[in-house]
Amino acid sequence: MKKLLTLALGLSLASASAAPVTLTYWQYDYASKVSTMNELIKKFEAANPDIKIKQETFPYDAYNQKVASSVPAGQGPDVVNLFYGWLPQYVDSGYLQPLPAKDFPIKKIESDFVPMIQTSKMDGKYYALPISVRTLAVFYNKDLFKAARLTPPRTWEDFIAAGAKIVKGAPPRFTTLGFGIQPDGQDYHMVREVLVRQFGGTPYSKDGKTATYDSDAGRKAMAFYTDLQTKYKLGVPNFFPGNNSYRDAFIAGKVGMIIDGSFAINTIKNGAKFEWGVIPLPVMKDNGVRSNFGSYWVNGITKNAKGEKLDAAVKFLKFLTSETTQRTWLDSVGEIPASRKLAGDASLRKDPVFGAFVGSLPFAHSTLFVDEAGQRKAWVDAINTVLLKGAKPADAIKQAAADEQKILNSYYK
Amino acid sequence: MTRTAPTSPPRPRRGGSMRRHQARTAYTFLLVPLIFFLIVRFLPTLSALRLSVFDWNILKEQQPFVGLENYERLFADEKFGQSLRNTALYAVIGVPAQIALGLVVALMLNRIQALRGLFRALYFAPYVTPIVAAAWVWQWLFSPQFGPINTFLIWLNIPPQNFLTSPSQALATTAALVVWQNLGFQIVLFLAGLAAIPRSYYEAAEIDGANGTQAFWKITLPLLNPTIVFSVVTGTISYLQLFTQVVNLNFTDQGGPLGSTMTVALYIYQIAFGRYQMGYASAITVVLFVIILAITLIQLRFLTRRYDL
Repeated sequence: MKKLLTLALGLSLASASAAPVTLTYWQYDYASKVSTMNELIKKFEAANPDIKIKQETFPYDAYNQKVASSVPAGQGPDVVNLFYGWLPQYVDSGYLQPLPAKDFPIKKIESDFVPMIQTSKMDGKYYALPISVRTLAVFYNKDLFKAARLTPPRTWEDFIAAGAKIVKGAPPRFTTLGFGIQPDGQDYHMVREVLVRQFGGTPYSKDGKTATYDSDAGRKAMAFYTDLQTKYKLGVPNFFPGNNSYRDAFIAGKVGMIIDGSFAINTIKNGAKFEWGVIPLPVMKDNGVRSNFGSYWVNGITKNAKGEKLDAAVKFLKFLTSETTQRTWLDSVGEIPASRKLAGDASLRKDPVFGAFVGSLPFAHSTLFVDEAGQRKAWVDAINTVLLKGAKPADAIKQAAADEQKILNSYYK
Repeated sequence: MTRTAPTSPPRPRRGGSMRRHQARTAYTFLLVPLIFFLIVRFLPTLSALRLSVFDWNILKEQQPFVGLENYERLFADEKFGQSLRNTALYAVIGVPAQIALGLVVALMLNRIQALRGLFRALYFAPYVTPIVAAAWVWQWLFSPQFGPINTFLIWLNIPPQNFLTSPSQALATTAALVVWQNLGFQIVLFLAGLAAIPRSYYEAAEIDGANGTQAFWKITLPLLNPTIVFSVVTGTISYLQLFTQVVNLNFTDQGGPLGSTMTVALYIYQIAFGRYQMGYASAITVVLFVIILAITLIQLRFLTRRYDL
């Protein structure tokens, strides 16, 4: 009997060591990302025959919810793809492990990756790293520009003048917009991280715990942005019905310019039936302050990965954040690389589509969100009080700052 | 006194066991839904009650007990106040509108013979249309830029309206969508109620010299009372739980613009699944539950009438 037991134990041990480690990887469901990841996994498994990766995806709308409800229950992924803005909460809750310093030295991370990823350093540690990053730029309709004999704007003054020449109709019955204004699209990021800085302010204190945009610069930024609709009448929000109003309207050829992220490139490329171009976000004056809003999705290791799983997860993460993977990601998904070296690549910087996005990486700022949905709402509502209720921009920025501060306070209490 | 053996009346043994057997089968089958409801309805309700006294954020490791703090927070929460007012407005606009319209249309449908089925189908179609699709179509219909409704208004020399993008018009427009969607079901209810009224009552009234209006007020309306009570109660509950239409009419700023279409149910969803504050969301759920229960009891108490003819 005893012999039998030893034999069984020996057998099970033998089979355990022979069996490959299986890791579960989660990301949201986006066709080109899923298929690219499948290719990458194949490549990784070929190089590491003792590791198997299982990719699972969920619809974008339900993704954060799914992660938030699974990981605390000890289920879910070993390696997970997260929006950087969710990191403070996931790190705080202890669901993510800090990246082992011996495998990912902090110095190396900071010299390898573009500066904005430093937003995800918490208590001096990195918990996750991106494959790619995204910034904002202006997409413009070349056909409409040509018809109006316009050249792409470099300053905001030119931007307004160009928009005014393209817009057709009058509020509320526009037929063509000069600028596809959409506070709840990417615009509120632009006001906060671009305009506030261009008017000489900073949106947050250095530690991110205080909203500092209820300032002269903040008031000017809010007034400038809302003037695009109220004073210059370049367009209206929600021009097209649906959840990507401004982008859909642009793709339909009904909008001269929109401000959108690099993640929109493929959608616009596949949809637009006209000549379009991408230019950097305008500046106040030549040689004026340049700024951009940067955001990214990161890959982290959850608390579920322990022992040999953790070792495998580290290997996989190293592979995911390598320059080779970033290059594949750029080619197949169309997202700009997070590596300083790749982003500095001359051909990429000159690329007519990627150039404007990549060029702004050195001065792109990402916001440290503690409650992304709540902080977004504070801004969108404040902008809407001006656009829909005729409130004073100064009062609106004050309101936004107060509402957001309340959220920050309840998090950092 | 001699002890006599307890005598039981002679029973038809076979039949009794049969009845018991049938009852047992019935209980067994009834038990399944009972257990089901206990697990999927009552248990979550009770745990919501429990969650509401904790600071239960699913993204935090500690879920401390906070007593009634969540309920205190409700009193100071303007957005909750706004969603509560909006929800009441939806019910106040929607329930009477859909009952009145439903009754009028049902009476007309009851009169006509030709094309009756076609009209019924037309009125019922919105009820079976997926809400997401209907919301999408309404966004286009009411679009300030391209909407045919605004084109029509301009043709009438009325300035175009913003409808769904205006904080003062969005709620009414949303309520109109819900009324339009529910109308078909309401009409079917009334048609069934009308069919249940015996013809002989009208004949008797006619012989007594009653005109159409009198017949309506004295016979039709009173005898439709059960239908009306049912419609008011279920209609009110559904308006108090309004969610899907609001979510889909303004997808990027749900409940907007500026919270003007926000309902309590949507607010609960946003607090719970957008911001992960389960404790606070549970407190709102409990309050909503109490409100619905109270209103339903009041309605049942005051609306139910017995008419003996």
